[in-house]
Amino acid sequence: MTKQADVVVIGGGITGTAILHELSKYNLRAVLVEQEPELAAGTTKGNSAILHAGFDAPTGSMKALMNVEGNAMYHELKDELDLEIRWSGSYVAALDDEQVDVLKELLARGQANGVPGLKIVSGDEMREEEPNVSKDIKAALFAPTAGICWPFGLALAFAENAVINGAEVIRDCKVTDIIVEDGAVKAVETDQGTIETKYVINAAGVHADDISRLAGDDSFTIKPRRGEYILFDKTAQKDLVYSPIFPTPTKMGKGILVCATTHGNVFVGPNAQDLPEDDKDDTAVTIPGMDEILDKARRLVPNIPVGATITEFSGVRAVSNTGDFIVGPSEKTTGLLHAAGIQSPGLTSAPAIAKKLVNLIVSETGASAKSDYKKGRPAQPCFRMMLDADQKALIAKDPRYGRVICRCETITEGEIVDAIHRPVGARTVDGVKRRTRAGMGRCQGGFCGPRVTQILARELNIPVTEVRKEMRNSYMFYNKESGGKA
Amino acid sequence: MSVETKQLNCINCPMGCLLTVTLEDGKVTNVTGNTCPRGETYAHQELTDPQRMLTSTVSIEGGELPLLPVVSKTTLPKGKILDCAMALRSVHVKAPVKTGDVIVKDILGLGVDIVASRDM
Amino acid sequence: MGEQLYDIIIVGGGPAGLSAAYSAWQNGAKEILVLERDREAGGILQQCIHNGFGLHHFKEELTGPGYAQRCYDLVKDKPEIKILVDTMVLNIGQDKTVTAVSPEHGLMKVKGKTIILTMGCRERTRGAIRIPGYRPAGVFTAGAAQRMVNMEGYLPGKKIVILGSGDIGLIMARRMTLEGCKVQAVLEICPFSNGLTRNMVQCLYDYDIPLYLSHTITAIHGKDRVSGITAAKVDDHMKPIPGTEFDIDCDTLLLSVGLIPENELSRGLGIAMHPLTNGPIVDQHRETSIPGIFAAGNVVHVHDLVDFVSEEAEIAGKYAALKAQEQLPEDVADIAVEAIDEVRTCVPQHVRATAEGETIRLFMRVRKPMKKVRLTVKSGDDTLLTKVLPVAKPSEMIAVNVPAAKAKGHHADWTVSVKEEA
Repeated sequence: MTKQADVVVIGGGITGTAILHELSKYNLRAVLVEQEPELAAGTTKGNSAILHAGFDAPTGSMKALMNVEGNAMYHELKDELDLEIRWSGSYVAALDDEQVDVLKELLARGQANGVPGLKIVSGDEMREEEPNVSKDIKAALFAPTAGICWPFGLALAFAENAVINGAEVIRDCKVTDIIVEDGAVKAVETDQGTIETKYVINAAGVHADDISRLAGDDSFTIKPRRGEYILFDKTAQKDLVYSPIFPTPTKMGKGILVCATTHGNVFVGPNAQDLPEDDKDDTAVTIPGMDEILDKARRLVPNIPVGATITEFSGVRAVSNTGDFIVGPSEKTTGLLHAAGIQSPGLTSAPAIAKKLVNLIVSETGASAKSDYKKGRPAQPCFRMMLDADQKALIAKDPRYGRVICRCETITEGEIVDAIHRPVGARTVDGVKRRTRAGMGRCQGGFCGPRVTQILARELNIPVTEVRKEMRNSYMFYNKESGGKA
Repeated sequence: MSVETKQLNCINCPMGCLLTVTLEDGKVTNVTGNTCPRGETYAHQELTDPQRMLTSTVSIEGGELPLLPVVSKTTLPKGKILDCAMALRSVHVKAPVKTGDVIVKDILGLGVDIVASRDM
Repeated sequence: MGEQLYDIIIVGGGPAGLSAAYSAWQNGAKEILVLERDREAGGILQQCIHNGFGLHHFKEELTGPGYAQRCYDLVKDKPEIKILVDTMVLNIGQDKTVTAVSPEHGLMKVKGKTIILTMGCRERTRGAIRIPGYRPAGVFTAGAAQRMVNMEGYLPGKKIVILGSGDIGLIMARRMTLEGCKVQAVLEICPFSNGLTRNMVQCLYDYDIPLYLSHTITAIHGKDRVSGITAAKVDDHMKPIPGTEFDIDCDTLLLSVGLIPENELSRGLGIAMHPLTNGPIVDQHRETSIPGIFAAGNVVHVHDLVDFVSEEAEIAGKYAALKAQEQLPEDVADIAVEAIDEVRTCVPQHVRATAEGETIRLFMRVRKPMKKVRLTVKSGDDTLLTKVLPVAKPSEMIAVNVPAAKAKGHHADWTVSVKEEA
């Protein structure tokens, strides 16, 4: 394959997809390449799923600017792209007077950063809203503009809208080289062929420094930092917390929080472990890590439902050597733009980062806005949330909506088929899970995993043995071997 | 004359008695540890000609499932179980099949039929 | 217009549901509806193609599908019994309205005079037992792998390690071997196997598959697909002992680490649950804390023999049928049945005694493996039953009958004890 593009985005996480979404509003041939079979397969799937208000980062930093702007943008995008976001607000809890002083600093910093509505509340005031938090909490900083979200859903929504508007997403496509001539980007080489382009946007997460080096820019490095999480069944301790509850931050970061997902599960995490630079994708979980998370989470919310654990997972965050986001044109290579070092608050900042970078390209190229740009994306049916009458109507139209495949989360075959055939549809078992929640429940795909595999094979017209769990070589099943003569 | 003792678990029922067997020149002369007579019979059989049931699947066309579960009609020599299982891996049948229908007659010439264990 | 009214609605068409339906029919129920979520009735038995089923119940050794066939043959073609497959129950209301959905019939609401819950159980997963390491493809619960191998025609892998020596793990060790795979090891965290001895012999020893007792997995390797595991010996508190780790090469990890009764519908109804069985608290008729709602089989407590599942379901079917016909005798006392000493759980947890008395069948599990134990059932200070058993194991359910003549009139709370004989 050799193809031409105006802009190639490398990396299909939240940052890359938000950029593609923004690019698709203009008359630009935009292509996103992702090395795994699914989007949102890296840091975007292993994070705290919080849209931060923006008081953490130092005033004037790229993080602070992007966070506050991104948060405001999501308030608009929620309806436009039908995003799964709950504007829950967030708390930072202080357990002693020293920590209360830190809250005051955070309040002042947040106000300087332009975060609206911040206030410090007493421990008792907090407990009126969050009755399950520790009696030891003395005060808390409440940020009303913070929210919780379904992060893969956000990335997929961006990608779906972009594809509807003519952008292209190529998955299973690993960048092998970037061709630079006379100091300017000429093409991106991948294991699926060459894409000729003048612009490359580097949104490669923990691998952003490697990508940058391919294009002759070694001005920064990325250190991987792993965070582990524990997720609990939604039937246990329902309504344990409504908002994310953070401890008072330290130099190491925002600390281990207790939070609910948009679907009502409770989770705790993350810790922070720096990984060796030669193993940037080490998403293992560890026993000491899990013990640490539980121990610290209990200081905020004593009654963590450990017995209802359904899974442990971890994500790797991209920490740049500058300590800040690196967002803007490369100083070494013309046509290379970075969205690098995107750790927290990257999820929140993504739309703002996208706008900043795309504006640069638009002003350089003079690309015009698409006159026929389509907002939104196809509605995604969600059987379990529907009224009886709507469920009946849907099954009458397509009987596959009457067949429940995932028993824990009540996900129907119709929804799974829809997830596969949507724009940038699911190709893997975990891809179906992220789009529909099939396999997300307490049995963790024990019942539905094999059936989802078979539906994927049928709908994608591939053998069952070609269906993958999520990553490039994560094949699920093998053929039986035939034997001798009976 | 050589005398040796062997220990083995009876598999006749969930009790799983631990049997101690005395062998003289390879012949079973004494069995202890059994709580019922079946234990003694088992020890003799197991040490002279061990036998096992075989269950597996064969592929089926036109059934509700792609596989039909099958079972040996009686026990087979233990040493032949893997060979028989391997042979069944290349057997194909067509639906409909009734429980007890012979799927493979006289498997590997051992004098035992393989039969369907359900309707399909 | 109201929903269609049935005498009995049975949620789940596995061996418990089918046996309950047959027993209800035998006891005069006229309108019986069985709702099964899979594509056919028979439940988990359809994938348990091995033999060893039915010795108690059908007096004959059957395979799993063979047992399911027998149960199904008893209820099929009976006009009083309607079985809907591919039908998932979404909700049960306090008024016994059942909401279910299927591709063929769409969303339906039906009402039962009584309901029998026979949803069975599911497997404990990796998350629930906290195995550190990566999350690659190739980690399956043993049951999920069994379904793939025995019903769908695919292998979960070629080089297998099995964690847990429960019967499903042992059976899968043999099954994978017969399919030409190499089973590298079976690891068991307890110092004893949790499976039947006959399965140890026929599934492991026959094929020289190593069993590591008091061992667990401390890491799963491989980012995309499993490439190996690290095992370690555990101490008396089941914590890995540093320095005892060793690696095992494999592409697949099968988990056989326990079963959990599937009680989401029961919990949704607010039925009182027992913390150790993880199932509804039931009386001797298998009626739950909500009058008219019965439960039987693995949903009440995990069984090791399907024969006992059928037996328990027949009890539930009979009394649900009598209740639907308003023929259930009045009870004169509610007696607690308490598990003591080495008895971990006992079902039923209470007895609603009637004036004329009835035979009470007790199913229990012990805490640890023991030899030569005495089982005693008492009501207050009166001994109702006592007997010596040669062995007692946590993996094997013990069932005893307290005869009607003995049970009658003993209204002081009961205790069920198992103790090692001095």
